[in-house]
Amino acid sequence: MLNEILIALGALGALGLLGSLLLCLVAKKFNVYEDPRVGQVEEVLPGANCGGCGFPGCHGMADACVKAKDANNSLGSLLCPVGGNEVMGKVAGILGLEAGAAEPKVAVVRCNGNICARPKVAVFDGAKSCAIAAATFSGETGCMFGCLGLGDCVKACQFDAIHINPETGLPEVDADKCVACGACVKACPKFVIEVRKKSAMKSQMPKRVWVDCVNKDKGAVARKACSNACIGCGKCQKVCKFDAITVENNVAFIDSEKCKACGMCVSECPTGAIHATEPVMIVVEKLKAKKEAEKKAAAEAAAKAKAEAAAAAAEAAKQEAAAEAPKAEPVKAEAPKAAEAPKAAEAPKTPSTKSPEAGE
Amino acid sequence: MKTFKLGGVHPAANKLSAGAPIQVAAVPAVVAIPMAQNLGAPSKAIVAKGDKVKVGTVIGEPGGFLSSFVHSSVSGTVDKVDVVEDATGKKVPAVFIKVEGDEWEESIDRSTDIVRDIKLEKQQIIDKVKEMGIVGMGGATFPTQVKLAPPPTAKPECVIINAVECEPYLTSDHSLMLAHAEEICIGVQILEKAMGVKKAYIGIEANKPDAIELMRKTAANGFPEIEIVPLQLKYPQGGEKQLINAVIGKEVPSGGLPIATGALVQNVGTAFAVYEAVQKNKPLIERIVTVTGKSVAKPGNFLTRIGVPVANLIEAVGGVPEDTGKIISGGPMMGKAMPDTNSYVVKGCSGILIMKNAEARRKEAGPCIRCGKCVHACPMGLQPNFLARYSELNMLDEAEGERIYDCIECGSCQFSCPANRPLLDWIRQGKPKVMGILRQRAAEAKAKAEAEKAAKEAAAAK
Repeated sequence: MLNEILIALGALGALGLLGSLLLCLVAKKFNVYEDPRVGQVEEVLPGANCGGCGFPGCHGMADACVKAKDANNSLGSLLCPVGGNEVMGKVAGILGLEAGAAEPKVAVVRCNGNICARPKVAVFDGAKSCAIAAATFSGETGCMFGCLGLGDCVKACQFDAIHINPETGLPEVDADKCVACGACVKACPKFVIEVRKKSAMKSQMPKRVWVDCVNKDKGAVARKACSNACIGCGKCQKVCKFDAITVENNVAFIDSEKCKACGMCVSECPTGAIHATEPVMIVVEKLKAKKEAEKKAAAEAAAKAKAEAAAAAAEAAKQEAAAEAPKAEPVKAEAPKAAEAPKAAEAPKTPSTKSPEAGE
Repeated sequence: MKTFKLGGVHPAANKLSAGAPIQVAAVPAVVAIPMAQNLGAPSKAIVAKGDKVKVGTVIGEPGGFLSSFVHSSVSGTVDKVDVVEDATGKKVPAVFIKVEGDEWEESIDRSTDIVRDIKLEKQQIIDKVKEMGIVGMGGATFPTQVKLAPPPTAKPECVIINAVECEPYLTSDHSLMLAHAEEICIGVQILEKAMGVKKAYIGIEANKPDAIELMRKTAANGFPEIEIVPLQLKYPQGGEKQLINAVIGKEVPSGGLPIATGALVQNVGTAFAVYEAVQKNKPLIERIVTVTGKSVAKPGNFLTRIGVPVANLIEAVGGVPEDTGKIISGGPMMGKAMPDTNSYVVKGCSGILIMKNAEARRKEAGPCIRCGKCVHACPMGLQPNFLARYSELNMLDEAEGERIYDCIECGSCQFSCPANRPLLDWIRQGKPKVMGILRQRAAEAKAKAEAEKAAKEAAAAK
């Protein structure tokens, strides 16, 4: 009995030993060397595996960081959009480098065709997916460029940063949660979403300005489909001092690299297609108020000038009438009156155009 | 009676306009002829504003290998070259022509005499078909000249004419057969000559007994090599692969061309268009369009010039009825719902179907209960439930493993699903992605093979 147990134990032990020896040999023979720094770097990365950096997951990114250090002794343009500068600083520390400050970015939905602005012309009752809707037809509204509102971007977001607003039917980005990984940009079949710099200025304030429309139709057609559409009039392009705005295919685009978020274009846009974040809007409100004041002042000055001119004309007519009354030729008397009146009206107008300057 | 082996469904036929005579649709004051009327690259417009055109004048040239000529369907002056909405609301370039009179190109034989002698030779026929802008009239609009020139490895044995018309409601092919049986038979002979074969079958579903009888009688009268094959009612019998299986019992290999079975399939409308092109020198400028629907007062078949507004055709049957939920270009199974009636009749437009609101609306989709009805219905022997799920989750390797590329997008799965799941909608998302991967892989393999060959040659030269 004991003997049998011992034999069994011995046999199993020998098999185990043999197996472990084999495993040892295999592990040695087929060992793939990996830089230990890759593991270290991967540890500080967020582990979201979102692919926003452009590599397949965080391990790929860590590998790329180490390779970039070995090749160029710098991290170059590598950036983990989730962790941002903080994480990249840690990565740089592990690799013995100085961290460069990358500018934070954020996803922006470039469509403002909400339920009120963009009337529905058709009903889609197929699968609730933008990709399917886009492949089937041009959309439920007259605009074939805008957001379909079925939420492929919401499904694509791993950070709970984008949601459909039930009131407008459009997705809204939570800028605090968005890490600019670009998953929504890839998911959108209408190419409505864009990743832009979080702030045009080098400030903590989220100052950004963008054209909230991608409609490439001609102005009248676009306007018919959506009252918030960019009509490609080019007014914003003219008013921009930094050459940041280009109008191509009947739609304006603001280059976030050049834009300084001055807000001039926002106040100039006739359809309200250009949008800006809160800090910029304060400036825009001021600009608009100033414009209103200017308009009001101009209108007042014009009204005043008109009244003055009318009074002057009336006086002149009176004098003329008094002087020419004996001759009694009413036809001739009217002619100089008409000729004088516009002159009189023009003359006092010149100061009125200057009045805003005086106001400043 | 014959039919295909795997799967299939039985939607209600609803052939409301069957037996209705072919009416000639009025030519409007302005027509817009889209330049994207065929599968593949769109054609290039070669006319400009102010140009005078006659019926049959070439206005568009092929924009690639898989593309075709477009001819003016009216005589008049080119008004503008602009964009129009196609049946799905997408913008495509189109030539607008103001109609003035009805002057035809002199080369077109407008007499009603039937010409039986086929004078042209094989290559001349193919050239003529190309020149006359013939495309597959069943709806896929595959340029016919490309189909008539199969790869040199193929061994064509017979021509199969698709007169199945398995789509519910549509009757354009049916009415064409009743009106032009002899011309169709001559068209079939022309196709035989172009392919160098001596046998042809015409597959007709059993719900068209008058057409079967008439075609049989016509074929007996001087067309001994044409055999009429009545087929059991089943959708999608008009699918190329299903029809080959039903008529000659062969199966198209997975991923292969249908010509691998030795059969060339052409639609009956294409056969007629080929007859008119080759014997009468008439380009493809008009087609028969069924305008139908349960709420339509007088459903009918209209001989319509290409480029006539769809709205005009609907007007011809009494306008859009009240309580219309959907207007479909094509049949209810594979047609496309139109966002509005602003589009124009194209070469592939076989019907306009007006559906009532109640029958048009999709029902709410529920969860899959794994009943397997879609698997049973699939005529390609696939598992649509898995394909749809893999597509939805972007699991493309698995979708490829389940042969998503074999799907013919007939919609039998979605039709049979008791949970109303949008199976085909999802499969249509995944299929092109997998096809893209396959194409890329093939291109890479080809490049690699070429590089290896070049290296070997270089080594040999040394």
